[in-house]
Amino acid sequence: MIDSNLVNDLKPRPFGLWGRIWTVVLVIMTLIGIWAYYRQIQDGLVITGMRDYAFWGIYISNFVFFVAISLVGSLVTAILRLSGAEWSIPLTRISEIIAVAAIIMAGLTIIVDMGRPDRLMNLFIHGRLQSPIIWDVIVITTYLFISLMLLYFPLIPDFAILKNEKGNPGWIQKGYKRLAINWNGSKLQEKLHQRGIFILSVLIIPVAFGIHTVTSWLFATTFRPGWDSTNFGAYFVSGAFVVGAGGVIAAMYLLRRHYQLEKYITDEHFNKMGKLLVMLCLVYLYFNLNEYLIPAFKLKKEEEIHIYSMLFGHYAPLFWSVIGFGLVMPVILLLFRKWRRPFPLFVISVIVVITSWWKRYLIVTPTLLHPSMPIQGVPESWAGYSPTWMEWAITLGTLTMALLIITILVRFLPIIPIQEFSDHMKKTSSHES
Amino acid sequence: MKRTDNDRRDFLKTSAAVAGSVAVLGLSESCTRQKDSEMVQILDQDGNIIEVRRDQVEETIKDDIRVREGMKNRKFVMVIDLARCANARKCVSACNKMHSASTPNDWLKVLKMSDSEKTAPYWQPMLCQHCDKPPCVKVCPVDATFKRRDGIVLVDNDRCIGCRFCMAACPYSARVFNWEEPSAVADVEHALESPETSWPPQKGTVGKCDFCPDVVEKGELPHCVTACPNSVFFFGDLYEDTVTNGSETFRFSKLIKDRAAYREMESYGTHPSVYYLPPSNRLYDFEEGLENYSEFKQDSLENTEQP
Repeated sequence: MIDSNLVNDLKPRPFGLWGRIWTVVLVIMTLIGIWAYYRQIQDGLVITGMRDYAFWGIYISNFVFFVAISLVGSLVTAILRLSGAEWSIPLTRISEIIAVAAIIMAGLTIIVDMGRPDRLMNLFIHGRLQSPIIWDVIVITTYLFISLMLLYFPLIPDFAILKNEKGNPGWIQKGYKRLAINWNGSKLQEKLHQRGIFILSVLIIPVAFGIHTVTSWLFATTFRPGWDSTNFGAYFVSGAFVVGAGGVIAAMYLLRRHYQLEKYITDEHFNKMGKLLVMLCLVYLYFNLNEYLIPAFKLKKEEEIHIYSMLFGHYAPLFWSVIGFGLVMPVILLLFRKWRRPFPLFVISVIVVITSWWKRYLIVTPTLLHPSMPIQGVPESWAGYSPTWMEWAITLGTLTMALLIITILVRFLPIIPIQEFSDHMKKTSSHES
Repeated sequence: MKRTDNDRRDFLKTSAAVAGSVAVLGLSESCTRQKDSEMVQILDQDGNIIEVRRDQVEETIKDDIRVREGMKNRKFVMVIDLARCANARKCVSACNKMHSASTPNDWLKVLKMSDSEKTAPYWQPMLCQHCDKPPCVKVCPVDATFKRRDGIVLVDNDRCIGCRFCMAACPYSARVFNWEEPSAVADVEHALESPETSWPPQKGTVGKCDFCPDVVEKGELPHCVTACPNSVFFFGDLYEDTVTNGSETFRFSKLIKDRAAYREMESYGTHPSVYYLPPSNRLYDFEEGLENYSEFKQDSLENTEQP
């Protein structure tokens, strides 16, 4: 039997005042984004700051960002689960929710970037397996489904618990009941359930590596300086874990504060996630070193222009802010325990997430402005790129829509896996006694 | 049952259009230059050879498969003589006029090039290189851009989804994008809608130099070739080993050997169909071209360069 206090603490609750304000703000921002997108469909991509040279802009950086952050689902739920790090159980639901929201938005964001979204079906009618875009379509769809299952499977016992709770409107209870698919906790069900989760956890790791490696190949399969790199897959995957960990830390801080979950998400969780973030940042720094030092050492003519603009030129302020605040600073500060306490870690994580977004921008656009043939015979503004307000509105709209999906899931799903957490508590207490 | 003539014609039209196109093509090819009223032999669906008047045969030749396969036994090449280019820019305006491309989205650009600090600057017309190993075709997710057996790389504007991956893959920056609804007007000769004419341009899709296959098929030269006052462009067929600019004709293999032709970015392994003759012993001073040159254009999509 599950402790009723536990259920009371962890069952999803209707939003209070702040929850409602938060949701309304997100809905408004999302609607503004949808309106801007409607304008884009009418007028074409001309409403963006993109032109023939900078033909990929913040939409694509945003897409890469979403794919990156969605990798956290596999990190916390699969890698930590399989490595027996049971302390991470209270974080699994949060990370899987983030993963699902992010991968859905990654799919929508790439449609936003398309010149002809009305021809989306051509990808299936005329799809050619030799194009890395088709690889991306396949692997992202696969990841979405495995992520949804990895979110749903551990939820089945929780739905069975929740269907007997009171205080919710009937349709929600009915939904819980249906989603619990006759779970009764029998030995056989438990066995199949555990096995299912195990298989999904194993499956999702290569697919997670796949989504971000293939996304990196969208760039690395071209001849362009800054993209033409065999390091790109590992560089992208390691960067994805950094932003994913940052995202989970930020989410767990906010949720713990809002729902008073201090008993379940403890300071120790922050301590451990802080350490994990240090390690992930160090790995990413290592791949950054590979990515910039080696071309900078050889200085091929085309690379030279690109690298110079990144390290010392036009993009230097942004480049060094991203490296400094997003990677070096977290590594140094988080070596000390006092910075791994919840609030300081939360602030650092938010900085990590924001700088990670800009890091994607630095990967996508500067390369396009340093093509092999000189930029001539076009308006001067085409030799640069500055996103329009419309473009920002759409991009912010996709980000708020992701937060909205997370918010809705948080409203209806227990943020901490009730059954799993209860089993874990029983196991540890029997171990101690 | 005996068919009337009309029935028979209708039947032929449909069957030729639906299934018999291959057979029709095979037999009628030898007769293509004959007049409409002459009789041609045709294989019908039952395998009988029948004679009909030429004007009664529906042309199924302009179908999608033919457009994608390209012309038989042809392999087009272009040679650009940099020693003759004085940046007159007539190629640019002719190309824009005939393809209704509006600058700044020129398909053909004349670039001011200099290989290094000390080497002499020169003018280089830059267009789609119609690579034999085209990186743009490799990455296209929907087969909207394709390579034909006659060497031409085309874009199917009805299929393109506007992902712009081909633009990323092209190291020559030869591709442009229709960021808004194209406002250009069709030239009369361009009434045919086909990837071969790149007409009509469509919002949210990619465009680029197409080597004017509609004109070339008629035995004429691409518009940039005929428009050039300095005879910079040579166009021809690799299998015939000849290239011409309209007034002079050269043996292709000899020309590229004698003049030490090169291709742009050979190291990328794209195998372009466009060859450049180095700008040595030039006919014009480089400075003459500066008159028409400005690095950037005015910042307006409507700013078109017309002849």
